Amino acid sequence: MAKTLTICIMEPPYESANSTTSMRIIDAALQKGINVNVFAYEGAVSLTVKDQKPHPNPVHGTSVEEEKHPTTKELVAGLFELAKEKGVKLDWINCGLCVDERGAGNWIEGPRRGGPADFHKWVQESDATLVIPTK
Amino acid sequence: MKKILCVVESAYRGTQEEQDDAVLWFTHALKNGGGDVGILLRGNAVNYAVAAQDPSGLVIGKFSIEHPANPNRDLLKMKQAGIPVHVVREDTEERGIARNSLSQEFQLISHRELPGLLAQYDQVWHW
Amino acid sequence: MGRYILIESRDPYESRDVPYFYDLAAELATQGERVTLFLVQNGALASRKDARGDLLGRVLQNEVPVLVDSFALRERGIEDSERHQSVKPAEIGSLVDLILAEGGTKVLWH
Repeated sequence: MAKTLTICIMEPPYESANSTTSMRIIDAALQKGINVNVFAYEGAVSLTVKDQKPHPNPVHGTSVEEEKHPTTKELVAGLFELAKEKGVKLDWINCGLCVDERGAGNWIEGPRRGGPADFHKWVQESDATLVIPTK
Repeated sequence: MKKILCVVESAYRGTQEEQDDAVLWFTHALKNGGGDVGILLRGNAVNYAVAAQDPSGLVIGKFSIEHPANPNRDLLKMKQAGIPVHVVREDTEERGIARNSLSQEFQLISHRELPGLLAQYDQVWHW
Repeated sequence: MGRYILIESRDPYESRDVPYFYDLAAELATQGERVTLFLVQNGALASRKDARGDLLGRVLQNEVPVLVDSFALRERGIEDSERHQSVKPAEIGSLVDLILAEGGTKVLWH
């Protein structure tokens, strides 16, 4: 039976290497056939906002197409695709109150709304838990 | 049930806008949901153990922040709810915090005792 | 005997709080716990052998395995020849393996 890893993240997008590393860890776990639960708390709920748009880079002189700017919503969408391809579960919860106060409720397909009780249930049921805080 | 220690080390982060410390709030929510949790304050978060905090009175533009977080009060409520609260003694000393300015309800613990405290829990979440 | 994975993401020269985490790793080891320290992000900056102050000294003396994310090394241009030989590069997948290797492992991120 596949193992399950639960991760809690807090960083808003584009502000910290913590977001990148957390997504690398999720990716690595999915690649290994491990089920992953992600609890996005506080600023991390903005990682999946549908309204994110890539932009050109006037300093580098690149167009939107040339720049291929990775929005975090696309990175997360890609993780959901990877999970499907590997036949494992990626369950992503955006903390509801955090979503409300940030106006971050318009998210991509995949995540669902939840709260601390969901995270606690995951923690009790999964094989390991990693909390990646913000500073 | 897995027993969880929440280590809090970053104080006053968004506490005016959130009207809570996000980690204390989360830990208390877990307790309310039946969880078995404890708190360790270290680093600048040891200041949360200081009794005489007054975060009130901020007005930004036309908006008055009516219920700012009072982490000391929140920790006392958490203690009453059965959540043990530990505070790293050396971190209070290096910040010059007098022993008698701390709420007496919390337990001071030395750096050397940390491994023993961590061993009492199944998980340690370092926030 | 417990098992701990300590993940340090910060540069010890930027934050004086990082030595606390190294000391925790060493102290846990002296008390008989099984500990691994995994450096990620700017935490990799501690891995150069010529970095001042031998901050990882006590950790290494207590035979705590110290691993460093190989991508973090590459991203920062830290060559093999510069790296402290006791600090071993590892893929991020190894961190996942370590976290899940045994039930009851405590994972702390700093």
